[in-house]
Amino acid sequence: MEISTLVAVFFTMAIFSFLYRDNPFYRLAEHVLIGLSVGFTLVLLFNSVLLPKLFQPLFGSHDLWSLIPLALGLSMFAGLKKSWGSYSKPALALMIGSGAGVSIPAMMEARVLRQMASAIEPFSRMGAGESVGLWFIVTILISLIGVATVMIYFFYTRPETKPVTFVSQVGIYFLMVFFGATFGYTVTSRLTLLIGRLEFLLGDFLGLI
Amino acid sequence: MIRKVATIVAFATGLFMLVQYFLNADIVSLIYRALLDYYQIIFAMTMIVGGITLFLNHARTIAHGQRAGWYSGATIAAILFMIIAALIYGTGADSPYQWAFNNMQAPMQATTFSLLAFFVASAAYRGFRVRSRAAAVLAISALLVLIGRNAFGEMISEYLPQAAGWLLNHPSVAAKRGILIGIGLGSVATALRVILGIERTYL
Repeated sequence: MEISTLVAVFFTMAIFSFLYRDNPFYRLAEHVLIGLSVGFTLVLLFNSVLLPKLFQPLFGSHDLWSLIPLALGLSMFAGLKKSWGSYSKPALALMIGSGAGVSIPAMMEARVLRQMASAIEPFSRMGAGESVGLWFIVTILISLIGVATVMIYFFYTRPETKPVTFVSQVGIYFLMVFFGATFGYTVTSRLTLLIGRLEFLLGDFLGLI
Repeated sequence: MIRKVATIVAFATGLFMLVQYFLNADIVSLIYRALLDYYQIIFAMTMIVGGITLFLNHARTIAHGQRAGWYSGATIAAILFMIIAALIYGTGADSPYQWAFNNMQAPMQATTFSLLAFFVASAAYRGFRVRSRAAAVLAISALLVLIGRNAFGEMISEYLPQAAGWLLNHPSVAAKRGILIGIGLGSVATALRVILGIERTYL
């Protein structure tokens, strides 16, 4: 048997051992996983960001403009010492400010306009004269009512009149369907992962399946 | 003074990144790309600072001779292994770096997430009680998706997978859309507060 399979089996069993209770094998695997993840991410960031965007322009083509992000990046290291912490704030502000600026049109487009368009889009099929069944009409009406009522439920400054409260109650039912379906879907996807690990243990390791 | 500088930087960069969306000029897209690169570089450096902090914390645990020192040693060894292996042998398909990812990190991550199947199900079993109509709707939709999205559901009735698919694709998506629109509007409002300097908790 290959050493790689044995290593994977050891760490898989060490993580599964937590089902019994917290134990030294699980804690060892947990700490190794954290270390590997951090090391993996740091190497990935160095290879995909720092090397092509900072070090190659700076040391390869002597691009002096690269000194600006270098200085800003290095200022983040000031955060390691408490009394110097404030020197990292301008670089942090650049990150947060530019992120906020980029996110406004992106959020409006992806989260608001596109979602609204997707909710209304099926009606255009009816408007275009396409023949659709009764079930299709019922379904798209349910979807539209769902979007509208959920939005009204989250509209906290709404007037507490009877019709509005009733509509927001309908929104709660749609939210419950969403939470239930998401829960079921999450459990199913985790079960798929579990089946994958069991297949590995019973197949690759023990050769039973 | 530095806080004022930081607020001005956030305002200027935020406003530029917002306005550039509506402008079509070479100089604007040049600055836009440069700022995006700066963003990524600062982010990468911040991650390195995070890595160093983690390393130092675990080194301190070892130095103090605490019982958890062995585990901290494992974390430090794993970090160093990935970095040194990548430095010496690179990150190619046959490198030790990739080997550790494929045979250690990926199996452990998959197993950790698969454990959640047990914990989520047992927590729901212990904590969830159908006390209202809304809770009943949640329980029914959860059961329908759980049973309908696997081969067992198909064995019971051919309509179960269809019903589960309909539930996921229509009423569930409708509620998700409502939430996403809310998140979008909330994110825009928060971003505007950051740019205008009203929200300065990061300072």
